[in-house]
Amino acid sequence: MKAFVELYQNIDRTTKTGEKSQALVNYFNQVSSSDASWAVFFLTGRKLRRLAPTALLKQLTIDLTGLPQWLFQECYDNVGDLAETMALLLPEVSEGSLDVDLTEFVESYLLVLRNLDDSATAAHLVDTWSKLSLDQKFIFNKLITGGFRVGVSQQMVTKALATVSGIDANVVAHRMMGNWEPSAQWYEQLIAQETADAMASTPYPFYLAYPIQEEVDTLGDIADFQIEWKWDGIRAQIIKRDGQVFIWSRGEELISERFPEIMTAASRLPNGTVLDGEILAWSEGDVLPFALLQQRIGRKTVGKKLLSEVPCIFMAYDIMELAGQDIRQNSMSDRREKLLSVLMPGQCDVAPSCRGTLSEHLRISGELQANTWEELAAIRLDSRKLKVEGLMLKRRDSVYGVGRKRGDWWKWKINPLSMDAVLVYAQRGHGRRASLYSDYTFAVWQEGKLVPIAKAYSGLTDEEMKSVDDYVRKNTLEKFGPVRTVKPGLVFEIAFEGIQNSPRHKSGIAVRFPRISRLRPDKPIEEADTLDQLRGMLEVYGK
Amino acid sequence: MAEDLVRVTELGLYCQAGDFYIDPWRSVNRALITHGHSDHARSGSAAYLANTNSKGILRLRLGDEAKIETVDYGVPIVIKDATVSFHPAGHILGSSQIRIEHKGQICVVSGDYKTQKDPSCQPIEPVACHTFITESTFGLPIYRFPSPEIIAAEVNEWWQANAKAGKISILYAYSLGKAQRLLMSVNPDIGPIYTHGAVEALNAVYRGCGVKLPPTTYAGDVRKEDIERNALVVAPPNAQDSLWSRKFGKTSEAFASGWMRVRGARRRRSLDRGFVMSDHADWQGLTETIAATGAERVLVTHGYTPPLVRYLTDLGIDAHALETAFKGEEGDDKSEAVALSEAAKADADSMPQSADDKHVDQNSGGES
Ligand SMILES: [Zn+2]
Ligand SMILES: [Zn+2]
Repeated sequence: MKAFVELYQNIDRTTKTGEKSQALVNYFNQVSSSDASWAVFFLTGRKLRRLAPTALLKQLTIDLTGLPQWLFQECYDNVGDLAETMALLLPEVSEGSLDVDLTEFVESYLLVLRNLDDSATAAHLVDTWSKLSLDQKFIFNKLITGGFRVGVSQQMVTKALATVSGIDANVVAHRMMGNWEPSAQWYEQLIAQETADAMASTPYPFYLAYPIQEEVDTLGDIADFQIEWKWDGIRAQIIKRDGQVFIWSRGEELISERFPEIMTAASRLPNGTVLDGEILAWSEGDVLPFALLQQRIGRKTVGKKLLSEVPCIFMAYDIMELAGQDIRQNSMSDRREKLLSVLMPGQCDVAPSCRGTLSEHLRISGELQANTWEELAAIRLDSRKLKVEGLMLKRRDSVYGVGRKRGDWWKWKINPLSMDAVLVYAQRGHGRRASLYSDYTFAVWQEGKLVPIAKAYSGLTDEEMKSVDDYVRKNTLEKFGPVRTVKPGLVFEIAFEGIQNSPRHKSGIAVRFPRISRLRPDKPIEEADTLDQLRGMLEVYGK
Repeated sequence: MAEDLVRVTELGLYCQAGDFYIDPWRSVNRALITHGHSDHARSGSAAYLANTNSKGILRLRLGDEAKIETVDYGVPIVIKDATVSFHPAGHILGSSQIRIEHKGQICVVSGDYKTQKDPSCQPIEPVACHTFITESTFGLPIYRFPSPEIIAAEVNEWWQANAKAGKISILYAYSLGKAQRLLMSVNPDIGPIYTHGAVEALNAVYRGCGVKLPPTTYAGDVRKEDIERNALVVAPPNAQDSLWSRKFGKTSEAFASGWMRVRGARRRRSLDRGFVMSDHADWQGLTETIAATGAERVLVTHGYTPPLVRYLTDLGIDAHALETAFKGEEGDDKSEAVALSEAAKADADSMPQSADDKHVDQNSGGES
């Protein structure tokens, strides 16, 4: 526990990625495999569920501190984080901190809660709190209330583990995805040198495209590119292995149950197949609005009504595994050929030249034909009409990589003046919206810090505005008059008309007429845009 | 209920019986000053009265022309129909609570105060009174400050580790009070101590009053190539991100403030360390001091006013919010809020920097 608290402190204190990485490496080098497995579990945002009800935690804190309920609430409103509020309020202990390793801490102080009734849970919590230092209490409370995000991304953890083990970061990322239980054995497998071990459900890391910031013809010969629409849905991965099907979202969530029609279709795939693609709400050959798809994402299980109102398909982009072989190092054009053969295996009765598809719920993202960049630019103008976000340009000789890399895959969005930004301040609106926090300030990343970049207050439906209002109230860090500093947690897509230099702003950049395109509940804040990306836009459009 | 001995006017907190103002925010004939922080001691008044130890500070802040009279702690003086005395507030050197007596009624204006130990100034002495006007900068129970010894050890440990790694330690602290208190808590054996000009000027004043600060060197006098890598630099918070701090090369930056108690505030300053040290009372300090005065009426200002008022009311005390200087000066809530939201738009870090010294009323508006 001591080492883990130190790790938390070292990560939390600095904004420098290098120092965080070093802290992770030091930690993994120092602790047992079992402790390391739990650290990976927590640091990658995984949660232990069903430990203790939040209401009980609050009530115990109120009882132990003797504070009135309203004052507890006032404190919570100010801190914006329940675990931290409780840690700050609970009595401090004089004789220092509990000294057990992380595994024992998890087993004896956290997991044990699952088997206790409310009164035994209460006794256990009071006893535990009385043994913990402030930082330990914060961590303990965080682990109980779920979610221990402390400013490291999954990628940083992956890289640190790659450094520690000396194995490829790809392999670590691959092994770290999916469902697993922390144990010494799991961790040893995670960093094992022998790398042919993928479990049936393990997905591959997604390969992401980089936004085009220069003129498109600087990319070279258009013939070198495979060009597709950039579909606007949920990026997902379908795995068929050992007779089982798994659907993973890019947020590393297993979303199989939410898309039964795709599951059924995917069960026809040959064993040892992994596809990359986009889940879209789709009806009669047409994409349905993203908002409808969100209804499907929101439910763990889908009723008949929703299933018929919002039917979904999987629009396949790529194939990473065929006949159990990892083919990510094959060329794009070769993988494309294989994708076609897997998804269109048979002859179609109507037109013999067309090969029949496997299922109407598994489609292939069509390849667009253009001989010149000018031609392609004209095609791109149809994007809005087709409800796509623009174009994807993939080098025909490109491998399927990991993460976002510059060079091989590009996205050429229709409105290039758009960014994914994080909500940082909220203010009450005016008139009809005076009761809601409806005016927002958004920020983008710069060296681990969020820098405010734009203010916007239109574009959300009333329903969405209410949900954001609710988030703001529950996640307020500080209040300054009607302005609240909001805990970073919500990502919005912000569209804007122009971009220019502005020495007046801390960011050095001002955007013109920013407006909210939509909420991006599927995006973790770490994936919001960076100031560097905006500077790139400034280079192109700011003149 | 008899009328209060002091009331808020457009010029500031006014005592009719003595015809004087306390920490006025406009020019007045006679100003009694609790302490030298800029939100309490403003220039432009005809005559000032403060504690003896405040003199040098006020001279620095108010200029050579200002007419400044002083009085020792505990010495009663008669001003018109009021009897007035100054009592230690433990906030900074010379900081005072001002006791006013008139027709058997006693009112104490706390100014800013703290209950923690501070070697750079005299400790607070709670004064019995009928009406107590208290600050509430940290008026929420989440603000519980660790003992100064613990923080001193943390600061020294941080400095030592940086010195070992060849990194200059820059410690941001308010130049009046906090800086000197920190200077007296650090271990000068670790390395040389450089100071920002604003800090060094006040160091001279403190030394003049007999406060034993460790040796310090004005950073402006040190040539870049002569900077020792094991040094500690003490500078005011507004020097962060300025050109000034760049000359030190590889640094570790820290901030000492009561706000550092909360993780969000620490993280938004984007510094390497935040030390929880304040010259204001924490929740316990506030409630204990209020209880110690025995006051039946408490007027709350300067911070988290509503929760403290409600808490005291629940205890059966006649507690109310006293309008703060900021509202009187800056106009209504709205203009303050607009200014803040502009700040929010322009600069992520500007708001949390309103640390101890500025006392932005964080709880005003919005919710009521
Ligand atoms: Zn002060
Ligand atoms: Zn003050």
